[in-house]
Amino acid sequence: MTFLGMPSRNLVGEPFPRAARAALGNAQLRRNLAKATGTIRAKRASVVAEVPDWAGLRAAGAAIKDAVLADLDTHLLRLEEALTARGTTVHWARDAEEAARVVTELVTATGTTEVIKVKSMATAEIGLNDALAAAGVRAVETDLAELIVQLGDDRPSHILVPAIHRGRAEIRDLFRREMPGVDPDLPDDPAALAEAARRYLRHKFTTVDVAISGANFAVADSGALVVVESEGNGRMCLTLPRTLISVVGIEKLVPTWQDLEVFLQLLPRSSTGERMNPYTSVWTGPTEGQTSHVVLVDNGRTATLADPRGRAALRCIRCSACLNSCPVYERTGGHAYGSVYPGPIGAVLSPQLTGVRHNKTLPFASSLCGVCYDVCPVAIDIPSMLVHLRGEVARTTAPNAESAAMRALAWAMSDSRRWARALRAGRLGRALGRRRDRIGRLPPPLSAWTDARDLPRPPRQTFRDWWETR
Amino acid sequence: MSTARAEVLRRVRAALAHRPPAPDVPRDYRRSGGPGDLDLFADRLRDYRARVRLTTPDEVTAAVVAALRERGLRQVVAAPGVPAAWVPDDIRSDDHHTAGGVVTACHVAIAETGTIVLDHDARDQGARALTLLPDYHLVVVRREQVVAGVPDAVAALAGVRTQTWVSGPSATSDIELERVEGVHGPRTLEVVVVR
Repeated sequence: MTFLGMPSRNLVGEPFPRAARAALGNAQLRRNLAKATGTIRAKRASVVAEVPDWAGLRAAGAAIKDAVLADLDTHLLRLEEALTARGTTVHWARDAEEAARVVTELVTATGTTEVIKVKSMATAEIGLNDALAAAGVRAVETDLAELIVQLGDDRPSHILVPAIHRGRAEIRDLFRREMPGVDPDLPDDPAALAEAARRYLRHKFTTVDVAISGANFAVADSGALVVVESEGNGRMCLTLPRTLISVVGIEKLVPTWQDLEVFLQLLPRSSTGERMNPYTSVWTGPTEGQTSHVVLVDNGRTATLADPRGRAALRCIRCSACLNSCPVYERTGGHAYGSVYPGPIGAVLSPQLTGVRHNKTLPFASSLCGVCYDVCPVAIDIPSMLVHLRGEVARTTAPNAESAAMRALAWAMSDSRRWARALRAGRLGRALGRRRDRIGRLPPPLSAWTDARDLPRPPRQTFRDWWETR
Repeated sequence: MSTARAEVLRRVRAALAHRPPAPDVPRDYRRSGGPGDLDLFADRLRDYRARVRLTTPDEVTAAVVAALRERGLRQVVAAPGVPAAWVPDDIRSDDHHTAGGVVTACHVAIAETGTIVLDHDARDQGARALTLLPDYHLVVVRREQVVAGVPDAVAALAGVRTQTWVSGPSATSDIELERVEGVHGPRTLEVVVVR
C-alpha cells in the first residue's frame, strides 16, 4: 500500500452529518444557495442544449482523460521535457506540505513579501496561503469571489464561485469594513462591488512582482499551460509580474494541443453556463522576459489512480456542474463537506485523496439520485463510485449497529422456518406505538433509525400467517 | 526535489501495475465546420454585450475612426503591425497611459462562440499587456479569419505559443451569479468585422 502522511487538513473537516445540520439551520445560506444554483442550472442547460454533438464531446473528453491516466508516467515525462526545453523550471511534490514548501521557497528566494494569486483549487488544496503567511509573505487573492472569502477570513464553499454562500448585502458590508480605501457609502449593487474590487486590485497587479497560478490544462506534447477565467485577473497575474509559479496537479494533463478542442467546449458551458468564458490564456514557457516555474503535485492522486473503480474521479476538470445540480449541495452548501472540493465530486475525490479511513462520512453525503453523473462533462459515474467508497468505509471500519443488524438479518432470512419465527416475534413490537399506530422513538442503537423517521407499528398478523389461513 | 520526482513516478507506475490499455478516443463530434457565419458571429458577440460593426475592406479606416470618435477617443495605441490603412498615423499614440484604448488584429475568430483569439507573437496583435491594461479594445476581424467552431480555431492555432482567447468584455458572476461586465480587463470590447 502507498504510504500517505497525515491527510491535508484542507481535504477533511468535521463529520458531514454534524456540519450539514449546522448549515441547514442557516436560512440566509439556503436562500443564497437555492437562488444561485437555480440560476446556473438554467444557464447550463440552455447552452448545453444548443450543442448538437454534446454526447460525442462528452465521450471524447472522458476517453482523453482515461488515456492520459493509463499512461500517466509517459505523459508526465513528456510534459516535463517540453516545459524544460522552453525554459520553465519543473519541480515535483509528493504531498501538500512538500508542494507548499517548494512554492514558499521559490517565493522567498525572490525577496518579495507579497504575491498575487489567480484562483486555483490546487493551491487551496495544499494550504499555500497559510504556508506563505508563516514565511512572512502575504498572498493576495485576485478572483473576486476568492477576495470576498479572503477579506471575510472565511472558507470557500464552491469550486467556481467560492463566495456563493454570501449575498450582496453581506459582501457590501464586508468591503466597507475590510477593503482599504473603499467608499464608505459603497452600495450593494454587484457592478459597484466589482468596481471597488477593480480599483483595489489594480494597484496590486501593477506593483507585485510574483504571481502564483494553477492551470486548467497542461499540454504534454508542447508544454503549453492553459488558464480559463472570466474577470481578467488571471491575465493580469500571468502577464505583469516577473516571476510566475504555477501549481499543477498531475492529473491536469492532456496529451496534445488538439485535445483542447474538446475541453474548451465542455468546460465553459458546464461551469458558468456560457458559450465561452471571457478569457483563456495559453502560454508555452516563460513569456516576455518572465521567469517561470511549474510545481507538479501528487498529494493523493497516485493513490486514487491505484483504485480502478475510483480513478475516474481524476478525469474531473473542476467545472462544478455536479455541485450546482446536487440536491444535497443545494441545501447544505460547500462548507459542510469540510474539503476544498465540496459537492458530489468532492464526496468521491476528497476521501480518495486522503484515504477513506480519514474521510468516512463524505461517501454517504448523497442520495444517489444520479443527477451529478448526468451533468458531468467527462462522464464520471459518481453514484457508482460513492457506493464503491461506502463499501470501502464499511470494510475498513469496525462493525456498527447497522452492519450487525444486517448480518443477523442475513442469518434469519437464510432459513425459511427461522424467518417465519422471526416475523412472528416481530409482533412483539406492537407493544410500542399504540397511541399513533407508529413507532416514533426507539432506544439506542435502534435510535439511529428512528431519529430521522418513524417506524410503522408491526401488524397483528404476518403476511405468511394470513396466507396459510386462506 | 529529484527524490520527489522519482517517488511520484514510482507511485504512478505502481498504481498502473496492471496497466489498463489506453482507450481509443472516439472523435465523433463535429471536427471541421469550415468558414464561420458572420451574422452568427456578430450575434454571439452582441450577446456578450460587445459592440459590433460590419464593414467592407474599403471602409475599415472609416469604421475604426467612427468607432473611436463615438467612444470619444482622439488617440489610441495600436499594435505595431496594425496597418496604417486601419489606424491613420495622426491618431496613433505610443503612450499606454494617456491613450484611452487599443486597436489590434486577431489570429482567428469563432462564430459559434463569439470568440476572438490573439497570437501575441504576431506584430499586429501585440504583447499581452497591450490589450489588457486599456479600458477599451477594438479588434479588426477579417472575413477569412472567422471559422465555424472551436475545433477549427484549435487547428488554426497549432504551434502558436502565447494566446489570449477573448469572448466579450471582462465579466464576473461572483456575486449571486449575476453577470457584471468589466472587472479587470477592458470593460468595452468593440469588433469591426470586415466582410
